[in-house]
Amino acid sequence: MKPPVFDYFAPNTLDEALSLLAEHGDEAKVLAGGQSLVPAMNFRLARPEILIDLGRLSELTGIERLDGGQNVRIGAMTRQRTVERHPLVRKHVPLVHETMPWVAHPQIRNRGTFGGSLAHADPAAELPAVLLALGGRCLAKSRDGERWIDAQDFYTGLFETALEPHELLAAVELPSVGPGEGWAFTEMSRRHGDFALCGVAARLKARDGVVEEASVALLSVGDGPTAAPSVVEILVGQAPSAELVSTAADAVVNDIDPPGDLHATPAYRRHLARTLTRRVLTAAVDRISG
Amino acid sequence: METRYFGKPLKRNEDHRLLTGKALFVDDVTLPGMLHVAFKRSDFAHGRILEIDVQAALERPGVVAVYTAEDLGDYHQPGPLLLPAPPIEGAVFHPRMQVPLAKDKVRHVGEPIAVVVARSRYIAEDAAEEIFVDIEPLDAVVDLEGALDPDTPKIHDDLESNLAAHVVQSKGDFDSVVDKAHRVVRRRFFYDHGIAAAMENRGIVASWDARDQQLEIWDTTQAPIAIRNGLAGMLGLAESQVRVVAPFIGGGFGPKIMMFYPEEVLLPWISMRLGWPVKWIEDRAENFVATTHERAQIHEAALAVDENGKILGVEDTFIHDAGAYNPYGLTVPINSQCTLLGPYDVPNYRSEFTVVYTNKTLVTPYRGAGRQHGVFVMERLLDLAAKELGLDVVEIRRRNFLPPDAFPHDHGLIYQDFSSLVYDSGNYEPALDKAVKLIDFAGFESGSSEIEPHKRRGIGIVCYVEGTGIGPYEGAKVTVEPSGTVSVVTGVGTQGQGHFTSFAQVVGEQIGVDPTKIRVVTGDTRLFHWGAGTFASRGAVVAGNACHAAALDVRKKILKMAGELLEAPEEDLELVDGKAQVKGVPAKAIELGELASLANPMRGAVEPGTEPGLEATTYFGPKHGSTASGVHAMEVEVDLETYDVKILRYVVVHDCGTVINPLILEGQIQGGVAQGIGNAFYEQILYGDDGQLLNGSFMDYLLPTSMDVPNVVGDHVETPSPLNPLGIKGAGEAGAIPVGALFAQAVEHALRDEGLEILEIPLSPNRLFELLHDREGIASTEESGS
Repeated sequence: MKPPVFDYFAPNTLDEALSLLAEHGDEAKVLAGGQSLVPAMNFRLARPEILIDLGRLSELTGIERLDGGQNVRIGAMTRQRTVERHPLVRKHVPLVHETMPWVAHPQIRNRGTFGGSLAHADPAAELPAVLLALGGRCLAKSRDGERWIDAQDFYTGLFETALEPHELLAAVELPSVGPGEGWAFTEMSRRHGDFALCGVAARLKARDGVVEEASVALLSVGDGPTAAPSVVEILVGQAPSAELVSTAADAVVNDIDPPGDLHATPAYRRHLARTLTRRVLTAAVDRISG
Repeated sequence: METRYFGKPLKRNEDHRLLTGKALFVDDVTLPGMLHVAFKRSDFAHGRILEIDVQAALERPGVVAVYTAEDLGDYHQPGPLLLPAPPIEGAVFHPRMQVPLAKDKVRHVGEPIAVVVARSRYIAEDAAEEIFVDIEPLDAVVDLEGALDPDTPKIHDDLESNLAAHVVQSKGDFDSVVDKAHRVVRRRFFYDHGIAAAMENRGIVASWDARDQQLEIWDTTQAPIAIRNGLAGMLGLAESQVRVVAPFIGGGFGPKIMMFYPEEVLLPWISMRLGWPVKWIEDRAENFVATTHERAQIHEAALAVDENGKILGVEDTFIHDAGAYNPYGLTVPINSQCTLLGPYDVPNYRSEFTVVYTNKTLVTPYRGAGRQHGVFVMERLLDLAAKELGLDVVEIRRRNFLPPDAFPHDHGLIYQDFSSLVYDSGNYEPALDKAVKLIDFAGFESGSSEIEPHKRRGIGIVCYVEGTGIGPYEGAKVTVEPSGTVSVVTGVGTQGQGHFTSFAQVVGEQIGVDPTKIRVVTGDTRLFHWGAGTFASRGAVVAGNACHAAALDVRKKILKMAGELLEAPEEDLELVDGKAQVKGVPAKAIELGELASLANPMRGAVEPGTEPGLEATTYFGPKHGSTASGVHAMEVEVDLETYDVKILRYVVVHDCGTVINPLILEGQIQGGVAQGIGNAFYEQILYGDDGQLLNGSFMDYLLPTSMDVPNVVGDHVETPSPLNPLGIKGAGEAGAIPVGALFAQAVEHALRDEGLEILEIPLSPNRLFELLHDREGIASTEESGS
């Protein structure tokens, strides 16, 4: 369990990093917190010829409120543990705050980065589903400039994103929670800290006793984070109730075609998707009324 | 008798070193010029080796040597058969042993084919990847029940089939009781046991000193003396030229007593050939395929009972998976066969097992060593019979216990040590009563606790006995040094059991020295070279009693000498705080260190026949093993929406005879229960039809964490063993053995409204979902959801 030979760069500035990426993009891999990439290299499953370590780029860290408080921006290299404990996140993006303890273990969150998890695009990871449920957007930078990618366009397949080889994820912007909103996250994993067998993130917005907006995203049921439009369709325009939640949750199976693996069959995953969707919607509705 | 140190919950002497990272493990050994070794292992479960080309690997800068089977010449021999055919009438046994490097054929994924020696492990692994091996794949034998089909390929070409062994043991006549039985419960059971997954993987450093003509080996073995003797023989050296050190070991649990692992045979040979020290540290990916496993047995078993639930007889037929080779003989299936009987009076028993070769990693004992499988079958049969008879699970067990006056109880079977299966002593009912009380069966039945509507609670209780402390023997040398330090040296290895404390307590008790001032050395053949090793819950029993005997001999020497010097009769003396003194007269005393100096005169004359020093070497070997026993109970909560299971409370009441250190015992039990919970609900080695291991990492092979294992509430019953002076029975495996049986019972109880029978271990949320939904009608609605 030793990696093959690779070249290692640790640029001091973002420009330097982007130049290296422009030069080596196809053979290079960006090293953020290393919590997924380094094990994959030790197993020789990933064999990058070049590693570009972003650890020194303070430009990519930090959490701030933007647009008069409409959005919260999180630098891609911000450690997950920092996000978890940050007062701005707790107050304005509480779904992220609530989800963070489900991400692996504190030791891993101390090293793992927010953007690293998003860009790694593991279908069993929590943060991509949360990004999708929140409808956030991703800032991609390259030597040639920058562009914004909406969450629903960011994930393109198994461990794949819309980032080009010469681009890196610099930051994400997440909408702040507003009045009348409820949210929740839950998952089922074999042990605390494991990749989930299934997980669900949900966000609801109600006005005048009716669901005005809803978004639901699941993890571990497809090639990437998976939206649940069938659930949303049933919720929107209705007054939230236990029956509505239950009917909506049952519809989640229309939106997923989950894989089977050693720990969960497709049938069990579908069952979990329904159960967990009902649980998060119930919790989210409680938060609206509470 | 009032004791000073023996029996006290003393903190462990070794923990400071262990917890501050200052203990010596094999990977801490670094020698000048040391080279590093990596293996090229088989990617195929079964196949013929057509060609091996090592040229590219040899050319890589930093590579020193690459060896294949061809290079080993006559050194390429199968490993020894550790246990011969059991002396059981009609037993069929076809042992086939592993070789250092595969030649002609590979028989399991991970079998070593070539070995690379390089300046670093990184280079060695890069080079191993460059070794080209052309293998013609053969169909893999994976399925136990299909292994003996005539059209299944043979794993060992010289055998008639994949049959490794067939053994029948019986007492009484089961068939004669079937007709007159009130009920006969018959089921098929599947019990799988996983891997030890010790925190420290295996590792070896070998260093041949050509000037000194000495070979030094550091090895993560549980049996350093046997390793030394075996290697000396293989390498053509005198035993006194080979030193094997088993330093601190981060968990052994059984697989580290398998011998000889290919790596263990190769590293010393390489060091002698190259003249440099060499190191190999197994990585976790290797550990999954190269260190031995335990795995599944499939049982077809029947229990015949009368109308009162009294056992009339048991019949059991099972298949056991040996893996690709079986150097360890039949220890595991014989343990299953014998341990099934438990603490019960079983007048008629017929047990037949078939051992088959498969294209998987070797199976050798892992904590419990087949006992889990037997206990599961018996305990489940009792539960099922209780249900049919309308008895509760406690009562059916109580009615069948061997009574306290039944001991010694000879079952008339042959045990794993090839002596008769005789229970030395036991008293089972008090332990059951304590466990019933601690888990609060009565409180559970009254249903006082409130739970969420989608959750169900269940409670369970199971019993077991464990044959422990088998022979042949161990020895110990106790020395009082002139500094006053006492040293205790014994041959057993240590894998974290607390020997540095418990042996010190045994010795300190007899010679009046605080155990923190006693230095225990284990597992260094240069300091002690007689003994068998630490396995089968025997360290405390056999080596502990050897320490006790040696301490008594030293005590005699101290008293004789002190009596002369203090001019007092020996019976008036006492040994306290490192001194010999006239009872109650601290002024008339002499330090043990001073006595030790005087016992080693530098000038003058001594009486002819005088032995110098305050030192004794003594041995202990029990007539046969002693029988520990216990009761485990637990309460679980099952979430009927996610099928997750949470253990709410866990109770162990245990009888391992006299207890040396209750704190260490508690740790042993807690750790065993943790491994048992892993076995019951988290861990399972999974193979594909092609013999590929499907979950060879800790991401997919799930060990329970501290969050999944409850704190065990424990209590003891002490029924001393009559077979050794200290009355000790083994405790190493007690925590792990009955957990699967208990888990099944408690979960089944929680799901009593669903009417589910649980006849298999391990379980998982996914498996519970399948068991509940694959029944008629439900599966189809589930599937239609997509």
